[in-house]
Amino acid sequence: MKKNWLSYPYLVWMFLFIFLPLLLVLFYSLTTRTEDGLRFTLAHFQRFMEPIYLRVLFRSVKLALFSTVICLILGYPMAMILAGNGFKRKQVMVFLFVVPMWMNFLLRTYAWMTLLEKTGLINTFLSWLGLPPLNLLYTEEAVVLGMVYNFLPFMVLPIYSVLRKIDKSLIEAAEDLGADGFTVFRKVIFPLSLPGVLSGITMVFMPAVTTFVISRLLGGGQFTLIGNLIEQQFLLVGDWNFGSAISMVMMLVILVSIGVMSKYEKENEGSGLF
Amino acid sequence: MSKKSRLLLAAVLLTAVALTLSSCGRDKRVVLNVYNWGDYIDESVIDLFEKTYNIKVNYDTFSTNEDMYVKIKSGGADYDVLFPSDYTIERMIKEDMLHKLDFNNIPNYKYIADRFKNLDYDPENEYSVPYMWGTVGILYNKTMVDEPVTSWRILWDEKYSKQILMLDSQRDSIGVALKMLGYDMNTRNLEELEAAKQALIQQKPLVLAYVGDDVKDKMVAGEAALAVVWSGDAVFMKRENPDLEYALPKEGSNLWVDAMVIPKTSKHKAEAELFINFMCDPEIAFKNADYIGYSSPHTEVVIMLDPELVADKAAYPSEEDLVNYDIFKDLGDYLKVYDRIWTEVKSH
Repeated sequence: MKKNWLSYPYLVWMFLFIFLPLLLVLFYSLTTRTEDGLRFTLAHFQRFMEPIYLRVLFRSVKLALFSTVICLILGYPMAMILAGNGFKRKQVMVFLFVVPMWMNFLLRTYAWMTLLEKTGLINTFLSWLGLPPLNLLYTEEAVVLGMVYNFLPFMVLPIYSVLRKIDKSLIEAAEDLGADGFTVFRKVIFPLSLPGVLSGITMVFMPAVTTFVISRLLGGGQFTLIGNLIEQQFLLVGDWNFGSAISMVMMLVILVSIGVMSKYEKENEGSGLF
Repeated sequence: MSKKSRLLLAAVLLTAVALTLSSCGRDKRVVLNVYNWGDYIDESVIDLFEKTYNIKVNYDTFSTNEDMYVKIKSGGADYDVLFPSDYTIERMIKEDMLHKLDFNNIPNYKYIADRFKNLDYDPENEYSVPYMWGTVGILYNKTMVDEPVTSWRILWDEKYSKQILMLDSQRDSIGVALKMLGYDMNTRNLEELEAAKQALIQQKPLVLAYVGDDVKDKMVAGEAALAVVWSGDAVFMKRENPDLEYALPKEGSNLWVDAMVIPKTSKHKAEAELFINFMCDPEIAFKNADYIGYSSPHTEVVIMLDPELVADKAAYPSEEDLVNYDIFKDLGDYLKVYDRIWTEVKSH
């Protein structure tokens, strides 16, 4: 018999801290407070459809996609190296890869500021070489760098764990049948690692598209992202309704992108994060 | 149960009761919850207050008026003394969130200079006692700017492209643009606001970054030539880096006052008033002003402070220097218009 009662605490937990808050956000996003009480409205969503807000959404998605692609390009080979046999000290490598994550996220981002700024380490080094200083901090590139740096482990680790579990005999079989290294990768390793790649993509894309700290610290507040917009509505303007509406739109964007990917995943018979 | 063990049990129970009672007795002190800006008090003052009046103080800090407001409004915390700025006090009075003060309990109020009494945010001066005040102006690095800084227009000068730091604050930055154009910082005139928006969009390529508290590190390290800053921070930065100088723009700017108030959620109003009175004690107010570096509205403190500091226009501008300096008013729902403008500027 299944011990269903074991799941009750989780169900209560999920109801209280996931379902109920979500319902509240939805409620706020669909209502407005007028003199004679609450009124149902779609005005907040309509407001979001204005070009200035859509531009913010577009920029957020663009920067997040960009960071995700870079993470994938950097992360996949890294995961292969970690999972490969040729590498003796891979436990140490994995450890070193995870250690920076123990440090506070803000601290790591602040560290990049001192590296990139005009009187920072990189520019001091450049001027020591006699080269002109570069404007590195407070650029779109700095924001992408911050995202890639902070979220890269979320790409590497899922791919690494999937790659490690691949049945070596499959690779051997492919090699026995005369496939060269590249073909083995293309036909065997990569398709089998897809679930890891997909969860890696989601785990990088989601925090990247909603971040507001990185864009403020490394972008110097010049690149308003959707996260900044939401924060602004709640903490500054006190417009909880519009803030909630933006959050709902954001969730929709994430939901759709996950939906697309999980559909793709099913076709490939994977078992990833979702 | 034998008589002996019954006696023993009774003794144990009695001791337990006595211990519980005495531990209650130890915590009898009133606890006062004080909510202030970060790094905005000489903390030894709190110890002094605790020792003098046998009241325990829970000291907590916030970083923006809005954070503080949201926390009080949501009812999540019962603080006894708050230190909000002018426009937030106005808003809290409007929303009936503040106690009227009993000034009989605050005799030291007499030390507050008249020019800081009965200001627009609290016209009858029933709710608040001024704590610190200051201006918003331009901090510049003398090694990078060799012309006199007298006007906000310098922040629109292409010579200083990517060397300008603006505040990441809607009201302050839009206010700067409004003042540069000669308008009021509290305007509700859409044409004036539109002009300010265009000015900010035009300025954006020249701006290195829109910053908050990190402006201090940046300017002290020489990362930028010009920055919009609060006067108290300017005093601090000038101490850290003598190349920096503070200028009050001739078009006028923002004059602000942070004052002490008691929210309706407070359960210890009398003790809170005692605390406010204590903060206005000349010795105590001097300690705070000396430590923080912001300008004190306290008449005695101004006499006690280093004359050099009081002569410094950055720290203590005279009333004549402050023509056209507006105190922020609470915009209420109109804040949304400012928010929209700011979003348009920043997403441009």
